[in-house]
Amino acid sequence: MAYLDHAATTPMLDEALAAYVAAAREVGNPSSLHAAGRRARRLVEESRERIAAVLGARPSEVIFTSGGTESDNLAVKGIFWARRAGSLSRGRVVASAVEHHAVMDAAEWLGTHEGAQLSWLPVDDAGRVDPASLAELLTAYADEIAVISVQWANNEVGTVQPVAELARIAAQAGIPLHTDAVQAIGQVPVDFAATGAAAMTITGHKVGGPVGVGALLLGRDVNCVPLLHGGGQERDVRSGTLDTAGVAAFAAAVETTVKSQAEYARRVGDLRDELVARVRAAVPDAILNGDPVDRLPGNAHFSFPGCEGDALLLLLDAQGVHCSTGSACSAGVAQPSHVLIAMGADDDRARSSLRFTLGHTSTRADVDALLAALPGAVERARRATAWKTPR
Amino acid sequence: MSGGVDSAVAAARAHDAGHDVTGVHLALARNPQTYRTGARGCCTLEDSRDARRAADVIGIPFYVWDMAEQFHANVVDDFVAEYAAGRTPNPCLRCNEKIKFEAVLDRAVALGFDAVVTGHHARLGDDGLLRRSVDDGKDQSYVLAVLTRSQLDRAVFPLGDSTKAQVREEAARRGLAVADKPDSHDICFIADGDTQGFLQRRLGDAPGDIVDGRTGERLGRHNGAYGYTVGQRKGLDLRVPAADGRPRYVLSITPVTNTVTVGPREDLEVDTVTAERTIWHGAPTPVECDVQLRAHGEVVPAVVTVEDGALTARLRSPARGVAAGQAIVAYQRSADGDIVLGSATIAAGVASETLAAARA
Repeated sequence: MAYLDHAATTPMLDEALAAYVAAAREVGNPSSLHAAGRRARRLVEESRERIAAVLGARPSEVIFTSGGTESDNLAVKGIFWARRAGSLSRGRVVASAVEHHAVMDAAEWLGTHEGAQLSWLPVDDAGRVDPASLAELLTAYADEIAVISVQWANNEVGTVQPVAELARIAAQAGIPLHTDAVQAIGQVPVDFAATGAAAMTITGHKVGGPVGVGALLLGRDVNCVPLLHGGGQERDVRSGTLDTAGVAAFAAAVETTVKSQAEYARRVGDLRDELVARVRAAVPDAILNGDPVDRLPGNAHFSFPGCEGDALLLLLDAQGVHCSTGSACSAGVAQPSHVLIAMGADDDRARSSLRFTLGHTSTRADVDALLAALPGAVERARRATAWKTPR
Repeated sequence: MSGGVDSAVAAARAHDAGHDVTGVHLALARNPQTYRTGARGCCTLEDSRDARRAADVIGIPFYVWDMAEQFHANVVDDFVAEYAAGRTPNPCLRCNEKIKFEAVLDRAVALGFDAVVTGHHARLGDDGLLRRSVDDGKDQSYVLAVLTRSQLDRAVFPLGDSTKAQVREEAARRGLAVADKPDSHDICFIADGDTQGFLQRRLGDAPGDIVDGRTGERLGRHNGAYGYTVGQRKGLDLRVPAADGRPRYVLSITPVTNTVTVGPREDLEVDTVTAERTIWHGAPTPVECDVQLRAHGEVVPAVVTVEDGALTARLRSPARGVAAGQAIVAYQRSADGDIVLGSATIAAGVASETLAAARA
């Protein structure tokens, strides 16, 4: 089996698994006042400190959540609500056109149910936001904007966004910027404080931690209305019993991946470059999508003209090669990706795309397996597209 | 794999037979402009989930194929156009012809598969003949008879030798959760079952006359001829009662004049059926056989002649409610299950001079 879908989820690291099992054997609610509770709380707080330390944040800025989707929703909705409560005229949400659905759909929901105005920042053909377009938007709407959200790196095509520059522009206008850094942690250097973002989403299972635990890094001076009400466990911004074992494993994974980021990026980046070169040699008309240079080290995203991505996926899957078409609806139908459409691709090119993502367990054997299966799969997928042409 | 019990058991049997089987669920609903909003009602989620679970239990890969565009163009739009043209279409038949055994089959073959397996209740044995299922009540050979030889050569129907009850029992034995799932009856793309409302929304009002078939007298008005089917009695809403006080039936629909013609029950009787778009598997005609004129309809002995792609059936006894657009399927009686000889789309049902004379 060649697992080339690490951006969807990546195997747990030994460090994370060990931390999880050790913590899961112990009893204790971190909110309890007795010794068992205090032990659990200590583990949570140590985890918070470990995460903060490697990501350039203060421990108090780490708010544990159930993962990326919750963190994105909390940031976009919570900051929007808090800012609008302060001034009714602040009803505009700004986000890039290539955000993950957790940001995009949260913003759309605010538009539909909370009367928010939405502004989408365009991207160029590499999927990159131009900071000048944010500056322009701020000139027009500075007094109306409640929150800005731009991802650190794109989950489909891997393009790294100029987040620091965008955050600087936002900060000058006094507007909080949230960044979804789910795909970036452990892949590229990420420093919350240095960036100047007001909030940042991270999650466990993209860095070798467990699914179901993540965090929102939220600047101490950033007001945010909670999504979940209850015990107020996390700075009164997030309620719910803390998942001690999950948090401990999450911290172990974040710490391990961030500390080894440079070495990882070199090794996986080289392997990815080899994959790209070999795919191009095997399928000369394949188009590499995303920024050719400023991209995540593990990401290779192609359009294969004349193919449908889901046909290729089926054929590669049958050969034990696991990859992704990008966005899928919950019933499993591949829709043309909004990311590629925003980059100016037409429907056919968007539908013909396939994402290969490498990770910490990837080896040359995975690339070999892909290249053994790909030429035949492309040929068959092209034949399968031909039936669509009227006879 | 629709998410129903039949296709689940068919897949399981094909898998047991040693084939390399892949489960495919067809997403057929079109949902434009909603993809980005998160309101992703683009597929029948529950059916898709049921199909996926069945594939898990059987142990085969599973994918959803988006056939919404093809389904819309070839089945839904065709359904509406047929009604607009005064005919009564059978969308399930069209779906077999154009989607399951054309769009899906062609794609599958291109991807390297050999055949499409479905949970239809019909027999297709080594002799290549399409026969009725052993379960008369569930037999679906009528909606499969439209398949050409080359389509049948790539079709596998593993359920033809079993009754529906046996299929359900087997599903339960195999641990398939869909064992007790109710049968689907309605047209799948009309979610609320209101065909008239669906056509009304698509075609709008098109008022015209309702006339007496014998006198030509105008008896009333209708809001759209698509609201009427040959043989229909209810809902005519005629102010003027028939002279003899007997009920009146829809005899025919004439799109050119947008007229619905009605008359007494005996005027519905026809003994000659002409049909087009013929698919013929049997020996050269004329042939003495049985014909079926609608899904789950009665079977009538007839002499069938096929000439230049047109089919004519002279019925041994008159039939009623023969609607243009439905299929006429010819069967040859057989102890091993009646054999499909061919199928064609009904153009008209007419009364021969003899029958007309007897009526008068």
